[in-house]
Amino acid sequence: MAIFSKDEARAILEKVMKFSKADACEANLNGSNGGNIRYARNTVSTAGENSDVTLVVQSNFGKKSGTATVNEFDDASLEKVVRRSEELAQLAPENPEFMGPLEQQTYGESKTYAEATAKITPEYRAQAAANSINPAAAKDVTAAGFLEDSYGFASMMNTKGLFAYNRSTNVNFTVTMRTNDGLGSGWATRDYNDVSKLDTAEASKIAIEKAVKSSTAKAIEPGKYTVILEPAAASDLLQNMLFSMGARQADEGRSFLAKKGGGTKLGEKIVDERVNIYTDPFNTEVPASPWTQDGQARKKMDILKNGVVSNMFYDRYWAEKQGVAPVPFPGNAIMEGGTASLEDMIKDTKKGILVTRFWYIRTVDPQTLLYTGLTRDGTFYIENGKIAYPVKNFRFNESPVIMLNNLETLGKQVRTDGNLIPYMKIRDFTFSSLSDAV
Amino acid sequence: MRRRDFVQIAGLGMAGAALSIPMIGNAVPVQRFLESPLDVAQKKQLADVALNAAKANGATYADVRIGRYLNQYVFTRETRVQNIVNTESFGVGIRVIANGTWGFASTNEVNPAGIQKATMQAVSIAKANSKFQTDPVKLAPVQSYGEVSWKSPIEKSAFEVPVSEKVDLLLAANAAAMDAGASFVNSNLFMVNEQKYFASTEGSYIDQDVHRIWPTFNVNAVNRAEGKFKSRSAMSAPMGMGWEYMLPKESDKLEGPGGMKLYKNSYDIVEDAKTAALQAKEMLDAKSVDPGKYTMVLEPNHLGLTIHESVGHPLELDRVLGYEANYAGTSFATLDKWKSGDFNYGSKEVNIFADKLQPGSLGAVGYDDEGVKTKRWDLIKDGILVNYEAIRDQVHILGQNESHGCCYAQTWQDVQFQRMPNVSLAPGKEKYSSADMIKDVEKGIYIAGRGSYSIDQQRYNFQFGGTVFYEIKNGEIVGMLNDVAYQSNTQEFWNSCVKICDENDYRMFGSFFDGKGQPSQVSAVSHGSSTTRFDGVNVINTGRSI
Repeated sequence: MAIFSKDEARAILEKVMKFSKADACEANLNGSNGGNIRYARNTVSTAGENSDVTLVVQSNFGKKSGTATVNEFDDASLEKVVRRSEELAQLAPENPEFMGPLEQQTYGESKTYAEATAKITPEYRAQAAANSINPAAAKDVTAAGFLEDSYGFASMMNTKGLFAYNRSTNVNFTVTMRTNDGLGSGWATRDYNDVSKLDTAEASKIAIEKAVKSSTAKAIEPGKYTVILEPAAASDLLQNMLFSMGARQADEGRSFLAKKGGGTKLGEKIVDERVNIYTDPFNTEVPASPWTQDGQARKKMDILKNGVVSNMFYDRYWAEKQGVAPVPFPGNAIMEGGTASLEDMIKDTKKGILVTRFWYIRTVDPQTLLYTGLTRDGTFYIENGKIAYPVKNFRFNESPVIMLNNLETLGKQVRTDGNLIPYMKIRDFTFSSLSDAV
Repeated sequence: MRRRDFVQIAGLGMAGAALSIPMIGNAVPVQRFLESPLDVAQKKQLADVALNAAKANGATYADVRIGRYLNQYVFTRETRVQNIVNTESFGVGIRVIANGTWGFASTNEVNPAGIQKATMQAVSIAKANSKFQTDPVKLAPVQSYGEVSWKSPIEKSAFEVPVSEKVDLLLAANAAAMDAGASFVNSNLFMVNEQKYFASTEGSYIDQDVHRIWPTFNVNAVNRAEGKFKSRSAMSAPMGMGWEYMLPKESDKLEGPGGMKLYKNSYDIVEDAKTAALQAKEMLDAKSVDPGKYTMVLEPNHLGLTIHESVGHPLELDRVLGYEANYAGTSFATLDKWKSGDFNYGSKEVNIFADKLQPGSLGAVGYDDEGVKTKRWDLIKDGILVNYEAIRDQVHILGQNESHGCCYAQTWQDVQFQRMPNVSLAPGKEKYSSADMIKDVEKGIYIAGRGSYSIDQQRYNFQFGGTVFYEIKNGEIVGMLNDVAYQSNTQEFWNSCVKICDENDYRMFGSFFDGKGQPSQVSAVSHGSSTTRFDGVNVINTGRSI
């Protein structure tokens, strides 16, 4: 059994703390049950289940720390893993950046668990795949997809009296539909904490429609275009930007948030004033764990407010060195949107390109956050408020900072990859070449 | 999906962005690396438990992999050690065919009862999945090799070298960079040892000991007044070698432009770190490239990744067939192009081969993870597409009756599947150095090392950057360039290949963590080449202001 209740986890962790002879000790006990099914060429290719539980013990003497791991929980094994972590700590070089364990923290109430997901069966997965494959096979389309689900718990305790526990569930589904002549391709993604919200037939229908409609795409000249980015497309670029908002890199002068002449862009407006991005672990649509792996409490917090950088992320070491409070890396991101649906946004567009998703995004220049990548699985030309025809895929070279300065309108939010991201209309998005890929 | 552990190291990689390194296994003390939990006779006994149980329960084929995977990672920045990670993962994976369908299960209970139970699970999964099966598995024949063994031809296991020696070497490299004017430096050392025992109902019992090592660093130069920063990463390659790779030999060094050294089968990390700092500082004031058509002179530490992305991946047969359509994508190199027998993937100069035997390469093994003896075969011959990368259950699709021997699983917990072998560009036959090549170029760019790389899901359109760029004018290197990326189409690019340096310039680059599959698995693979010239390639300027 890989899932321990709060009381079971506490009992094991308390024993670990009692065995400790180090200056301090901290232990993380995590477990999960997971399952997946993969299909391609309209048939299931692999399916599996996995169950795992691990105790990680970190002991420290001064600024020397050692970590050991075990997956057996009898008293003898627990004592052995504590001793082993202490031996490793004694042998370790001193780490001047080591921060000792935290005092007890106060956490908000978690919203990351949904019963239905915890009870997923192999039969459910097989049916979910069948609901995706059958409509494809009926339309001369080939389905390839992947569904994975997990039910897990995380807990931690240290010798300073901190105890934290959280249960979470997740399900992720992606599907690619390709027309059998190889000329059209569509894609859809869904992710939820609660699997009862997932309908693989609904997502597959959208991917099939995109595949069929994207067939026989026209080549148009690369250049700067107004684009409507579906949330899955915008999400990857936004997440890359958020990952680059560490305070230390900015303070060291090697980040897009470092300023000419020294200092950082904290408190400065860097994008359109309608851009508001915040984190909220207690949002019911995209809940995140109320605490980080090192036990810091997560809270609702602005990241970009009216286009201004409100927060950069400080780990505990850098925060202490800079004399500020630590700002843990967020567990989710929520970008405020508008009320317009995708149909409304298309209707309001004279000329533009609708992008389903981007693919193979890589950093080109960390100084300007320039990224390159390609459109994939459904790219359409919009003319006079209507989708006019499918277009060949493009390679882009664009920075999310420039993109968010070129904001035209924001539409409704959609959950994608654990974040809430709106549809966005952006002007002057830079497509630099054409791709023959379907 | 199995919950995966990652080592999060802030300050690593480009501009100090966080990097996630897959961490496989449990933390162990370093002494554990030198212990051996089972001898070959014990492994054979346990393997037979699985093979017998599978057959008794209706499997027509079974293979078993008893695997012990050791990893040691050392992370430093400037004057301090950030982290030392020692892990061990030990267990058994059993794969069977029942009712014409694959089934797989794994366990970390390496004893007869645990193995028996996992085998039964694998058989029942195969039988359950056979309800969806429309095309029964067809395996190419394989020879029974009996009891055999293979070991990476290393001189000294990196796991026998004290951690303090590794730390001292990385800190010496950091000091060399800082003394030469670097603003920041991160250096890392990755070491892997796979101890794999394979047995199958075909009658082979194969014991293998595989070693890999990868030293790397990233140096930053920062100009605060101008608000600029530049990165220069290591010119090392991840190798299928032991600690001897870290002991530099002068005979393994080649001269590059701007005083830089390039390395073959051993690496001088301290020397390279110093050069990196000087080059990173020079980049701060280098000229921004004028976009347009250029002759590109690409050295192997750079070209390796271009080969990986534009040849290695598109010729994976499972991609061609659509099994990776929902993740990595499909391939432009479709079966009809191959069958035509005249699909000119590249110019006549281009001979690209797969080779699982290349000494020092990451992909070198004696036998693959389904017990097939490894070999070398041609993929592109005189520019023509002649073959793919395929395993036992795929080669019949090509009308071939011998597996290519490139089946791999990242650990005992993962099911083995088709992975990229080492894919390399053959050197030119006539004597020709990189200096000779530069002399012959009128308007060009020399690129060393990897940078940004991106390619579409069918492997047509790509864009690559690099680590350092030098402008060539009328046969001379005239200075460094910034903001360079080249864009091309795979077939067009390889057809623009006009000249390849000789074997004296030949060396390998590789990828330590190449990802594929859902759930994703990593694999390590090398790409050899000599410096190569491509004419009329489109270069864009990537400079922006925000």
